[in-house]
Amino acid sequence: MKRTLENIEKQFETFQILNEEGKIINEDAMPDLSDDELKELMHRMVYTRILDQRSIALNRQGRLGFYAPTAGQEGSQLGTQYALEQEDFILPAYRDVPQLIWQGLPLYQAFLFSRGHYHGNQMPEGVHALSPQIIIGAQYTQAAGIALGMKIRGKKNVAITYTGDGGTSQGDFYEGMNFAGAYKAPAIFVVQNNRFAISVPVEKQTAATTLAQKAVAAGIEGIQVDGMDILAVYAATKEARERAINGEGPTLIETLTYRYGPHTMAGDDPTRYRTEDLDNEWEKKDPLVRFRKFLENKGLWSEEEENKVIDQAKKEIKEAIKKADEQPKQKVTDLIKNMYEELPAHLQEQMEEYKAKESK
Amino acid sequence: MREITYLEAVREAMSQEMRENKDVFILGEDIGVYGGAFGVTRGMIEEFGEERVRNTPISESAIAGTAIGAALTGMRPILELQFSDFITISMDQIVNQAAKLRYMYGGKGKVPMVLRTPAGSGTGAAAQHSQSLEAWMTHIPGLKVVQPSTAYDAKGLLKAAMDDDNPVIFYEHKLLYKTKGDVPEKQYSIPLGKADVKREGTDVTIVATAIMVHKALEAAVELEKEGISVEVVDPRTLVPLDTETIIESVKKTSRLVVVHEAVKRGGYGGEIASVIAESDAFDYLDAPIKRLGGKAVPIPYNPKLEKAAVPQVPDIIEAVKETLNKRIATHA
Ligand SMILES: Cc1ncc(C[n+]2csc(CCOP(=O)(O)OP(=O)(O)O)c2C)c(N)n1
Ligand SMILES: [Mg+2]
Repeated sequence: MKRTLENIEKQFETFQILNEEGKIINEDAMPDLSDDELKELMHRMVYTRILDQRSIALNRQGRLGFYAPTAGQEGSQLGTQYALEQEDFILPAYRDVPQLIWQGLPLYQAFLFSRGHYHGNQMPEGVHALSPQIIIGAQYTQAAGIALGMKIRGKKNVAITYTGDGGTSQGDFYEGMNFAGAYKAPAIFVVQNNRFAISVPVEKQTAATTLAQKAVAAGIEGIQVDGMDILAVYAATKEARERAINGEGPTLIETLTYRYGPHTMAGDDPTRYRTEDLDNEWEKKDPLVRFRKFLENKGLWSEEEENKVIDQAKKEIKEAIKKADEQPKQKVTDLIKNMYEELPAHLQEQMEEYKAKESK
Repeated sequence: MREITYLEAVREAMSQEMRENKDVFILGEDIGVYGGAFGVTRGMIEEFGEERVRNTPISESAIAGTAIGAALTGMRPILELQFSDFITISMDQIVNQAAKLRYMYGGKGKVPMVLRTPAGSGTGAAAQHSQSLEAWMTHIPGLKVVQPSTAYDAKGLLKAAMDDDNPVIFYEHKLLYKTKGDVPEKQYSIPLGKADVKREGTDVTIVATAIMVHKALEAAVELEKEGISVEVVDPRTLVPLDTETIIESVKKTSRLVVVHEAVKRGGYGGEIASVIAESDAFDYLDAPIKRLGGKAVPIPYNPKLEKAAVPQVPDIIEAVKETLNKRIATHA
C-alpha cells in the first residue's frame, strides 16, 4: 500500500518573500504595492506595537480589562487585514482586535470592548465584523455561514476568520472548513500558529507537521506562510481572496508567528512553559525589524518617520482612553434592554423596577 | 485538624487516589506545568508524569469522548474542563453517550468517570466563562451531579465520585477555591446523596448550593441578631438528592427559602421547591416557598453588574424576612 502522509506534508513549504535580514528572496511573488502602501504597512505595525505596549500598561493600572497581547503577531494580523476590502467580513478571535481597528473600529470602542462595555461590540457603519470570539472554534463555523450569505446575495466579498494553533483541535475548526468547502463559499480561514495554546506547545496539540495541511481533508487550498513577513502574509491573503470571490472556494492560511507576551493579562506567566532561548530565537524574526530594514534600504523609512508614528499613536491612545472614560456607564436597564428585540412581560416588569431604582 | 483550601482539598483527593489506584488519570487543557486555569493540578505532573496528568488538545468533545472510551476499558478518568461553560461543546458525549451507555448495554458496560469543572461568577470572566449550568445536567438520567461548598466536602465528595461507577459531574466554584477549612489528611468519603445541615435553626430553612451556602450562613448570622433562627441545608449533591433531610428541615421550620447562583428560571431551586410541594412537608408550610436565583441575563463583565446579577447576602436576608412576614391563609 502506498503511504501518502509524508508526501503530502512535504508539499507544505513555508511561503516567504522577505527574509529576516529584510531582503526580498522571492521577487516573483512580490505583491503589487506602491511605496505609499508599503509605508502604510510599516506605519500600522509600529502603531499596533505601541498600542500593545500601552494596552498592557493600562491593564496593569486597572484602566483596561481583558487584554490578549499582540506583539510579535503584527505581520500576521495586519498583513491579512490589509488584503481585505471594506465590505469584507471579519470574524476575529480574542487576540485579533488590531484587525478590527484597521478595518475601522474606533480605538475607544476597542477599549470599551476590553472593559466589557457593550458599546465596544457595536460595530460602526461600514465595519462588517463580529466581536472577538472567546469560545475557541465557534467563529470557524460562523464564517462558513457568513461566506455562504455573501455568496447567496451575489456579493464579491469574503469572510475571513482567525483562530490559533490550539483552535485547530476543535471540531468546529474542521466542520467550518468542510462546510465552506462543500458550498464553495468565499471564506478565508486563518490559523495564527504562535506555537503555544496557553501553555501547550503546538507539537503536543497535533501530530500534523503543518497546520496548513489540515485543509487537505476539507478539500480546500491550504498554505503555510511566514507570519513574521508581512509581505508574504499579504500576498497569500490577496490570492486567497481572489480565488474566493471567483467562486474557487475557501483557503486555509497558516501563519507561523509568536506572541512575545503572556497569553492574556489575567496572570499568565510564560516562563512556566517557554524557554528564554525560544523567545530570543523568535524575536530575531520580528516582523517590524525586517520590514524596517527593507524600507530603509529603499529609502522609504527613517527614525524620524517612525517617531512620528509613535507620537501619533500615543496621542490617539490617550484621547481614545479619555473618550472611553466619558462613555456613559452601563446600567442594569441597558442589560435588560439588550436581551430581546421586544421585551417579554417579565423583563418589562424588571425594566420598570430598575428604571425606578436608577432614577433615584 | 489541619486547615487547607478547597483547591488543595480537590488536588489532595485526586493525588491520594492516584497513588492508590493506577487506573485513575486526569486529562484536560493546560493541566500540566501550567497547573490548569486555576492551579488545581499544579505540581501533579511533576509527581505523576505526563501519562497520568495529560494535557489535551483543545477539544472538549474529544476530552469527554476519550474519557468515556478509556472508562469503558476499565480506566477511571478524571477530566477537567477549563471552565464549566465549555461543557456545551462536550454535550453529545455527556448527554447522549456517558449518561446512557450502561442503560443501553443492559448494565454490561460502565462509564466510571468524573468530570470536574469550575463554575460560577465573581471573577470578572464575563458571559461565556461565568455560568452555572448545573440544572441542565440534573435533567439527564444517568448522571450524578455534585456541588461541594467547603474544603471538607470537596475532598470527601470527590473521593466518592472517583469511587462511583457512574459518570459524575463535579462542579467546583471558582470563588470557593481559596476558602479554607478543616480537612483530615487521610482519605475519606462522603456518600453522594447525603445533604448536610450547615447550621441548625428553627424559624426558616434555607436550602442553598455551592457559594450560596456561605452567603446563606452570613445571612443567618445577621438574622440571628434580630432574633431570627435560620437553618441552612446544603444538599451537596443535586443528583441523587437527599430529599429526606430537606423535608425534615422544612417540617421543623415551616418555611423554605431556596437560593442558588444559577438563573432562577429553570434552575434547580424549582426542583427543590417541588419536592416540598409534593411531600407531606407541604402541610407544614406557614408561608409560600421563596426562590432566589440569578437574573435571567448573561453574567456581565462589569464587577458591579456582575454582583447585581446573582443573589447577595442582603437579598437572602430580605427573602427570609418576606417569608416570615407572610402567612398562608388558613381556613377558620
Ligand atoms: C471552547 C474553549 N475551550 C477552552 C478555552 C480556554 N482557552 C482560551 S485561549 C486558549 C488557548 C488557545 O490557543 P490558540 O488557539 O493557540 O490561540 P492563541 O491564544 O495562542 O492566540 C484556551 C484553551 C476557550 N476559551 N474556549
Ligand atoms: Mg497559539
